[in-house]
Amino acid sequence: MSARAAQSSVAAHDRGLLVAAEVQVRGVSAQVHVAPGEVVALLGANGAGKSTLLGVAAGMLRPDRGRVELDGEVLLAVGSSGGSGAVPGGPMNRPVDLPPHRRGVALLAQEPLLFPHLSVLDNVAFGPRAAGASRRAARDAAARWLERVDLTHLADRRPGQLSGGQAQRVAVARALAAQPRALLLDEPMAALDVTAAPEVRQLLRRVLSEAQDGAGPGQPPQPPVLLVTHDPLDALALADRAVVLDAGHVVEEGPVREVLSQPRSAFAARLAELNLLAGTAAADGLRAESGPTVAGVLDPGCSAGDAAVAVFPPAAVAIHREHPATGVSSPRNTIPVLVSAVEPRGALVRVRGSVEADPASISPGNSGPGDSGPVDSGPVGHPAAAPVLAADITAASAADLDLVPGSRVWFAVKAAEVAVHAARR
Amino acid sequence: MLRSGQQRSAQQRAGLPGWAFAPAALGAAFVVLPLVAVVVKVDWAAFPALVTSDASLAALRLSLVTASCSTAVCLLLGVPLALVLARCSFPGLRLLRSLVLVPLVLPPVVGGIALLYTFGRQGLLGSSLEVLGLRIAFSTAAVVIAQAFVAMPFLVLSLEGALRGRGTRYEQVAATLGASPSIVLRRVTLPLVLPGLASGTVLAFARSLGEFGATLTFAGSLQGVTRTLPLEVYLQRESDARGAVALSLVLVVVAVVVIVVTRGRRTEGV
Repeated sequence: MSARAAQSSVAAHDRGLLVAAEVQVRGVSAQVHVAPGEVVALLGANGAGKSTLLGVAAGMLRPDRGRVELDGEVLLAVGSSGGSGAVPGGPMNRPVDLPPHRRGVALLAQEPLLFPHLSVLDNVAFGPRAAGASRRAARDAAARWLERVDLTHLADRRPGQLSGGQAQRVAVARALAAQPRALLLDEPMAALDVTAAPEVRQLLRRVLSEAQDGAGPGQPPQPPVLLVTHDPLDALALADRAVVLDAGHVVEEGPVREVLSQPRSAFAARLAELNLLAGTAAADGLRAESGPTVAGVLDPGCSAGDAAVAVFPPAAVAIHREHPATGVSSPRNTIPVLVSAVEPRGALVRVRGSVEADPASISPGNSGPGDSGPVDSGPVGHPAAAPVLAADITAASAADLDLVPGSRVWFAVKAAEVAVHAARR
Repeated sequence: MLRSGQQRSAQQRAGLPGWAFAPAALGAAFVVLPLVAVVVKVDWAAFPALVTSDASLAALRLSLVTASCSTAVCLLLGVPLALVLARCSFPGLRLLRSLVLVPLVLPPVVGGIALLYTFGRQGLLGSSLEVLGLRIAFSTAAVVIAQAFVAMPFLVLSLEGALRGRGTRYEQVAATLGASPSIVLRRVTLPLVLPGLASGTVLAFARSLGEFGATLTFAGSLQGVTRTLPLEVYLQRESDARGAVALSLVLVVVAVVVIVVTRGRRTEGV
């Protein structure tokens, strides 16, 4: 576990957002803490309890037992204390359950839910108005927020005249304009089409890092952000830490990359199903922390020099015993791997192994020296363990290759299969 | 023109059996013919004089005033009632919802009797009101009460349907943006159900305007005090049928306008 994760679990929960809830009918009993300025991704399948925790935090749902604290203020404390499980109850004497509008917790949902009878500007001005600002002051504030999400030109439109991506960007501005003390994001990209999703993800990356830097005049600095998602890419792009929920319980918790690339729980492994190499984006791929330079396709919104993650599915990986000839027409990555596990998975075999640090033997031959430039150091306290990669191959080829733990092989993956995404830190 | 032509050509085949059209036409005629009969029977030469006679004008004025008052009462009490029925859950809610709709199906005369034994001299509340010097039965206030009693279910039904159809998601978002329940009601809930509220209000007004049975039973028929337009029509039918027909036409026109207004809104998509 990294120092960051260790620190947050040790730190007293007097700062940031604490959500602990037990809801018996949904089989949920879980606790999440988000430090000020931190973005925590809540990962899990449908019905794992993600939305339940958000509902409890926002005040939409009253749990059987639970506690919600924001910067030391108790927003919710119900149920008797001293019970079993991960959930501290409220004090015995007086249950607390602040209504949603007194919590300062804004919620951005899957659908933008812009008020259809108000213009874009008045939608964004809704929060400031509700907080008691004059119509004029609220509209001024809304105009500033629209400028920050580059939608000033749509201020007079009705929500019905916006595309899905534009509407969700307005919803982002509306949530932030309310100056929340904590922000809840409930799968904000899930309902968007493939072109709009990256747009909104990029916007969230920007505004969340601005909030983290304490930017924004008059903005309460560093609100904690809880992001519910089932898409590992959202977690990579936006979150510092991932919390994995399965059947209502926290099964894993840690820095996003660790959780996704080296899942300790079977559930997180199933969720991720992706190979991840962390490093720094280059013009044509990624310079991995662990050594290899990987050719790949840069995601829009990711440029050379950014902290990034190369992502490719295990099914895209071919395994060779000998170093394969470098293809001229399609650039391929060949990575030396020490096999650690061979597991049958239905008709396929999943081969896992750790990358062997041998940058000299990496193809394709990159023109630049492989080790120039500052290499992004991994999370503090995390030993620079070799990344683990997985490959799915047919049982027949696994037999041909005679793979056993300890085999030294080459993992080959086409550059076109490798997506390089901007990652947080 | 081109557009409407395209729409027509793109219309779906109805797929109805041929024999269904004859009874359908008969049904339509059954509704339309009586309206035509009234129009045909109108003595157009005497029409202005008939509808502007003292008795007619008094009835018309009284009807407009009482129907407006009862619509206001319906809004004042019916809107909160619809909100509670649509948004709350407590034991007995289903029973309450059924009871609130009873005046919709109750014979109006029975409603008048019920009101008489509530607000009348010997009624449930009447005796207490008597002590305060308030005598309600057979007054203009009684007309308003009778109208509101039969009309409120229309408003509640219409508004509750609109509220349920809208769901609570916008209201939840508004709350997380810091809006108190009062602000949410004013700036989100009511604007979103405005079409349903408007059509409910128009229906309640129309029902108030046409009220007869409960009014006659509970308020009587005193010219200028409790004799509304429908009561005047009924009375004139016995003395001067031409006057009854002329006033009937006025009420038919009001009814048609109400239907056009509410249906028009509904097809625009509530």
